[in-house]
Amino acid sequence: MALRHALAAATLALCATAAAAQAGADAARGRQLYESRCIACHSIDAGRVGPAHRGVVGRNAGSVADYDYSPAVKASAVIWSARTLDRWLADPEKTIPGQKMNYTVPEATDRADIIAWLAKNPR
Amino acid sequence: MSNTRELVVPSRREFLTSTGSMALSAAGILLLAGQDSRAQGMGGAMPADVSILNVALGLEYEAINAYQLGAQSGLLQKPVLDVAVKFQGDHKGHRDALIATIQKMGGKPVEEKKLDDYAKALKADTLKSQTDVLTLAAMLELGATNAYLGVIPAFKDAQLAKVAGRLAADEALHWTVLNNALGRPLPADALPFGA
Repeated sequence: MALRHALAAATLALCATAAAAQAGADAARGRQLYESRCIACHSIDAGRVGPAHRGVVGRNAGSVADYDYSPAVKASAVIWSARTLDRWLADPEKTIPGQKMNYTVPEATDRADIIAWLAKNPR
Repeated sequence: MSNTRELVVPSRREFLTSTGSMALSAAGILLLAGQDSRAQGMGGAMPADVSILNVALGLEYEAINAYQLGAQSGLLQKPVLDVAVKFQGDHKGHRDALIATIQKMGGKPVEEKKLDDYAKALKADTLKSQTDVLTLAAMLELGATNAYLGVIPAFKDAQLAKVAGRLAADEALHWTVLNNALGRPLPADALPFGA
């Protein structure tokens, strides 16, 4: 079961990376955006105000150990992919009502670039 | 702690008559928004806004502790140290105001972590110079500016959205000073924050 989940997660991660690449996403620009917009709460490797992001593409929402998620995210069945991350960044409350992030990235290009950067930081 | 000063939270009268203070008072955030009595009667009616304010509170805790780590590192020299302590005081003012507001809205403020937890998360052991400390502080202040601007549309209460804008302005001021201290150029284009 664990192996199946790991394979599914790996497949999703690969799909996400491919999707981002297909969309012409710019991971380098995504890193710059991440470091100016997301960095107040998030880091790649450290849980801070928000959970650590290493390996986020392909993992279940609410699954980072020792992070105090909202009950809504904890209970959600969302698996983070390029598609779900795009929806989340565009409108987190619409994606998982009751979440606590609330920060939005309105521009689709910005979201794609940020997701491309996240995909470059696998577990 | 010897390099820091305690924030003296002004009374409402002092706050309202002060024109020089950069920090919001503990009673200030909703008083500024003009809805102190309304807030007291909310009784948890706005959990979404409380949730946003609690995330902001977590952000302020981290900023306070980041400046604490910088101040006690021995890497900051005067007058930079004084500026860092002043900015830490601003964040303490933000913290106090956010806690007061969350409580008045019927919410429970999130708790501050231990200094060691912040040190680990921020990789404080990698700070080797004043420039390193200022770079970290500038990064956090820029992130905070953008975070506050980014959540403004999510507030149900427009007055709280305005307060978030004021907090963002404080963080932008901090970033500008730190950016200048680092010898970095001003942003090339207009509207550098929030997008």
